[in-house]
Amino acid sequence: MTFWDWVVRLLQEYWPTFLWGAGTTLLMAVVGTIIGFLIGLLVAIVRTIPVSKSDPLLKRGVLKVLRGIFMVYIEVFRSTPMMVQAMVIYYGVFASLSSDYVLWVGMFVISINTGAYMSEIVRGGVISIDPGQTEGAQSIGMTHWQTMVHVVLPQAIRNILPSVGNEFVVNIKDSSVLSVITVSEVFFAMRMAAGAYVRFFEASVIACVIYFVMTFTVTRILRYIERRMDGPENYVIHGSQTVPAAELTVRQDLEGGEK
Amino acid sequence: MAETTARERVFDIHHLEKKFGENTVLRDINFTADKGEVVCIIGASGSGKSTLLRCINLLTEPTSGEILYHGRNIQDGSVPLSKYRAKVGMVFQQFNLFNNMTVLQNCVIGQMKVLKKNRADAEKSAKDFLERVGMLQYQEAKPKQLSGGQKQRVAIARALAMEPEVLLFDEPTSALDPEMVGEVLRVMRGLATTGLTMLVVTHEMAFARDVSHRVCFMENGVIAEDDTPEVIFTNPKNERTRAFLSRVLGN
Repeated sequence: MTFWDWVVRLLQEYWPTFLWGAGTTLLMAVVGTIIGFLIGLLVAIVRTIPVSKSDPLLKRGVLKVLRGIFMVYIEVFRSTPMMVQAMVIYYGVFASLSSDYVLWVGMFVISINTGAYMSEIVRGGVISIDPGQTEGAQSIGMTHWQTMVHVVLPQAIRNILPSVGNEFVVNIKDSSVLSVITVSEVFFAMRMAAGAYVRFFEASVIACVIYFVMTFTVTRILRYIERRMDGPENYVIHGSQTVPAAELTVRQDLEGGEK
Repeated sequence: MAETTARERVFDIHHLEKKFGENTVLRDINFTADKGEVVCIIGASGSGKSTLLRCINLLTEPTSGEILYHGRNIQDGSVPLSKYRAKVGMVFQQFNLFNNMTVLQNCVIGQMKVLKKNRADAEKSAKDFLERVGMLQYQEAKPKQLSGGQKQRVAIARALAMEPEVLLFDEPTSALDPEMVGEVLRVMRGLATTGLTMLVVTHEMAFARDVSHRVCFMENGVIAEDDTPEVIFTNPKNERTRAFLSRVLGN
């Protein structure tokens, strides 16, 4: 049998496994990226809370502890491979659970792992925004939370969208390491199909194509979202300051000459 | 001035000091402002004018001293910071309009989030103020589509929309092209007659002379002279005021 014959045969017999695997991979990547992104936003908001020496001791203490926890979290999860994190968390924390929960464990691992990277990405985005934006918001009495949610983060998110998209793409591919805790994503499906006939080359080519199609589609969608967020270049000027009479004439025309 | 005698005291600043590390920017500042007063603060660059203004609304934290607002210390927690800043607005040299919002949204967001107004009311008053500064027709534009003078007029409208008691102006015309200075000053002259309390850090000597009730001359972190514009500009008592004015007025 030729290469193509094997590809066709593997697809005929294992297409439901591959399809299920692709779905699982996408689920892992989407959930991991979204929750990781939310973690990143939250960490960034807390880390940027201004502290002044007139603040109560309790507030300063709590913030200091929180910042310490965040720092440990970020460093630990960025400095160890996700594959190892998955095994430690699955066998250490969730060992007593039945294997039905493996999907949840997978989503948990990829989310907190992504959260650690996102925290740094969002921090970079926040730093890139002119401090004048924060001062403008503070000067009209907005709280730190309001300033971040309405002024700083919307601008920061636009700037970091390429990096967030990058994380998404990385997650689609790196979710393959979750196969070590038997999450049945694309890589897991590939090994099943390959093992049945010992055709590793053909099966891995199929997996490659599936990964490529998924990441390429996601990249296009993200690019589209970026363009949408930039908004229109044009704006409408209402009325005319220089010739008020002109506006009046137009309005009378529109109202249908009742006079 | 005789007319200021019976006025209500808005700010009472005692022994204000600000250090950035080893560098003392403000030393022993004592300053008052009454309701409806327009006070211009002049002086060379680096004399501490902007720092004083930024200390007043706590964008910069004073090192020591106290700032009383209607007799209450703004740093002891008796006045919530957010409420205080809504009452004491600020107009910046670099405008600091929210880049992610349109002109109208810039003037609406504070009213809704800080003053808790509903959208309809907030938009209505935002449009009133935009009209007053002549920017109503640009309500849908984003800040990056406006000229410097237009941005500053929107920034003034944004500050006014909070219906503040005091407006602090931090060199509002210093970042503008010369031909745009006039439009912003015109708006500010209009405001000065409305009874709004204004503290204006400026290099526009004509504005200080014609519009303000009082002029403070700052040098090296102290208020060297504090008097009526007539005295400051025609017969300053302090030798350094005289030297500064002859330098900037070129005679």
